Amino acid sequence: MIRQSSQWQSRDPAALPRALITLLLIALLWPGLQLAEFRPQVLFNSQNLDTMGRFLAGFWPPALDADFLRLLGKATLETLAMATAGMTLALLLAIPAALLATRALSVSRLLSDRAGVLGQFLRYPVRLLLMVLRSIPEIVWALLFVRAVGLGPTAGVLAIAITYSGMLGKVYAEILESVDPAPARALLLAGSSRLSVFFYGLLPNAAQELTSYTLYRWECAVRASVVMGFVGAGGLGQMIDLSLRMFAGGEVASILMTFLLLVLLADQISLQLRRRLA
Amino acid sequence: MSLRLSGVSYAHPNGQSALQAIDLQVAAGEQLAIIGPSGAGKTTLLRLLSTSLQPVSGSISLLDQQPARLSGRGLRRLRSRIGLIHQSPPLPPRQRVVTAVLAGRLGQWSLLRALLSLCYPVDAAGARQELARLDLADKLFQRCDQLSGGQLQRVGIARTLYQQPDLLLADEPVSAMDPVLADHTLGLLGAVARERGIPLVASLHAVDLALRHFPRVLGLRDGRVLFDKASGEVSQADLADLYANDSLAGAAPTSHSQAGALRPGRC
Repeated sequence: MIRQSSQWQSRDPAALPRALITLLLIALLWPGLQLAEFRPQVLFNSQNLDTMGRFLAGFWPPALDADFLRLLGKATLETLAMATAGMTLALLLAIPAALLATRALSVSRLLSDRAGVLGQFLRYPVRLLLMVLRSIPEIVWALLFVRAVGLGPTAGVLAIAITYSGMLGKVYAEILESVDPAPARALLLAGSSRLSVFFYGLLPNAAQELTSYTLYRWECAVRASVVMGFVGAGGLGQMIDLSLRMFAGGEVASILMTFLLLVLLADQISLQLRRRLA
Repeated sequence: MSLRLSGVSYAHPNGQSALQAIDLQVAAGEQLAIIGPSGAGKTTLLRLLSTSLQPVSGSISLLDQQPARLSGRGLRRLRSRIGLIHQSPPLPPRQRVVTAVLAGRLGQWSLLRALLSLCYPVDAAGARQELARLDLADKLFQRCDQLSGGQLQRVGIARTLYQQPDLLLADEPVSAMDPVLADHTLGLLGAVARERGIPLVASLHAVDLALRHFPRVLGLRDGRVLFDKASGEVSQADLADLYANDSLAGAAPTSHSQAGALRPGRC
């Protein structure tokens, strides 16, 4: 009797729940694939392969004539400027919002073990604002602003600023919550103001993570500004849109290579800064 | 009285009682050691004295003010006058020692001065002076993660001394130090408190250090004061009662030397 019960105990008690969860996930995923009309076999249909092959063959050789490169350079700068200006505006809103929304600077959380009710009531609207800002995709904002301020990078800058401030604010607040609260607690106990606590107690531990995320977002902003070019916000996106319409494969190839270089550049800057802050 | 507790009780949020009906008075310039077994409530008592926690019942008066009645600016001003040395030094690993020490006066500095000091240390000489008393002047511009546990603990002490508090609290201030440094550091804390005429309250788990460096010793057990007397009057029986352990029978220290021998095992 006793031996039997110990045999039962030797089976992993988590096995059954895990198996059930796996089955549940598959059951949920299947209708999703149906809804999304996911039919990979279409890719390998001989007629489609032929069409794609001809389209891709047009990509070679990349366009490298001087006039085109000059245009490409200008568009690249425009894209970079759009991403950077958008990020800067986003930071102006995201940093104060993150400081307001984060629980890392909550006096009641740091000093007593009890949660402060008032602080939560004040933080919630800020979190809600950040949620609203990031819930609408930048492309929708761009379409809206292109109608309001006309064709050109201004629409892209505003669209990035709005959406990205929501994302940056949320993630900054969470990064600050994830670092060790002991230094902040000690400074608060010695009478520091909360802003000083942020600079002396939280920032040293969070700086690397914050920088890394900010640069990753900048990289995303470069990509986003390209996408917004398709709806008329200028830069590389507008250029690739035109080239695609004119079936100028070589130009498309050059532009795609420029994207690759931009992402490589962002990655290198991020790596160097992280090394510096480590 | 610099510090007065009357009938103070505290219970953790989960309802577990930590301190019961503590009465304690410490005059300006008086030096008190708190000893007792693990879980006796030493740290909780110090957290109450540093205004980190509010008592469930009873009243606390610190430096002639009642923290429970203060809020906002007034409470911050009182906190900037209370220096607490933490058991594990709360220093960000990537911060430089000079910044960590200067942070002691953030409560007295304006935000502008604090930000300027992040760009260029505004009082490196002052920080160096405090570090020199703890034999760490050469570490001024190193990063905290390059220091050993004992060195970090001393940086934490230097920060609290740089704060120039009117009430000095210390929670196991020498737990990570070797015996010679521990002696030197406790001697320094006592000297600073005497020199400035401020009260010093320290919790210690090394009974011999408490008896040697502090004129007054408070024995805490299960959240109650077991004894509160001059260190010369603390008897073997007092210590045996204080550390008696029902589940580890016979393991309680019976003499000073034994209690001292237990110390380096920690941290």
